[in-house]
Amino acid sequence: MTPTPDDFRAHPNGPAWAAILAAAIGCATMGLLVDLAEVSKSISNSLNFYNPVGDLSGKSIGAILAWLIAWAALHAGWKNRNIQRAGMVAAVSILLVLAALAMTFPPIFGLL
Amino acid sequence: MSMSFRELVTALHGMVLGAAFLLAFSGGWVALRSIGSGDLTTEGRSRLHCRMAMLLWSMTILAWLAVLLGTWVIYPWYRAKPPVAGGVETPAGAALAEYPKYLLLSNPQTTDWHEFGMEWKEHVAWLAPILATAVAFVATCRREQLARDAMLRRTVLFLYGVCFFAAAVAGGLGALINKAAPTR
Repeated sequence: MTPTPDDFRAHPNGPAWAAILAAAIGCATMGLLVDLAEVSKSISNSLNFYNPVGDLSGKSIGAILAWLIAWAALHAGWKNRNIQRAGMVAAVSILLVLAALAMTFPPIFGLL
Repeated sequence: MSMSFRELVTALHGMVLGAAFLLAFSGGWVALRSIGSGDLTTEGRSRLHCRMAMLLWSMTILAWLAVLLGTWVIYPWYRAKPPVAGGVETPAGAALAEYPKYLLLSNPQTTDWHEFGMEWKEHVAWLAPILATAVAFVATCRREQLARDAMLRRTVLFLYGVCFFAAAVAGGLGALINKAAPTR
């Protein structure tokens, strides 16, 4: 089944793609923060929000904030819109999630 | 037969929340795969939507609980530093039993459990609840679209698969690390 123009008018697809892309941005932010903390001791120290948890506290809070802010912004912009280039949004989301998996894999961030 | 408070919390994190997550995941996967089927009646589709929403939100809540408990409660026990005694920062052997990270690092044969296992687990685990939330949101709030739009459905299934992979890596490594250096 493919969506008809009536479906799109009744239920714009923007919110669904906003949720997907925002989640991918949140995941990629986690990966990026992991790698940045690995590269720089000062970044690692600045991500240490709570000593018993170490820099994982800042990485996780940073990723959640990036995800929620991206979701709020994308949802606000796309809530009544139909994304015409949904394939592009899907591809970017998939690439960001794959990048997040790579960036959180120790043999990869160990190379940095 | 007895368990310390830390062992109980660790079991809750891995065995209760983790096992329940896997159960909810399997149900959610079947529901998501079935949602695009043209064979469903209107009533059947409505029941499937209801079950799917329940399973996906249960899975999302379990993922958040497991990750938050793991990061903010159990991880500090794991990475606690042993006290400095007599100028020697890390005593060896049994003295490190209550400091799992340092116990693993004290022996070259177990170092990788921390440097590869825990380093991967603690980070990749965070992808699971974020992805689970997105999947549950789309499947609940845009369920009709999900049934009709194959690209949206394929993308959601991809995110769902990665969510499972992240949780499986975190859960599997957690169990193995806890075997090598239990959190007591």
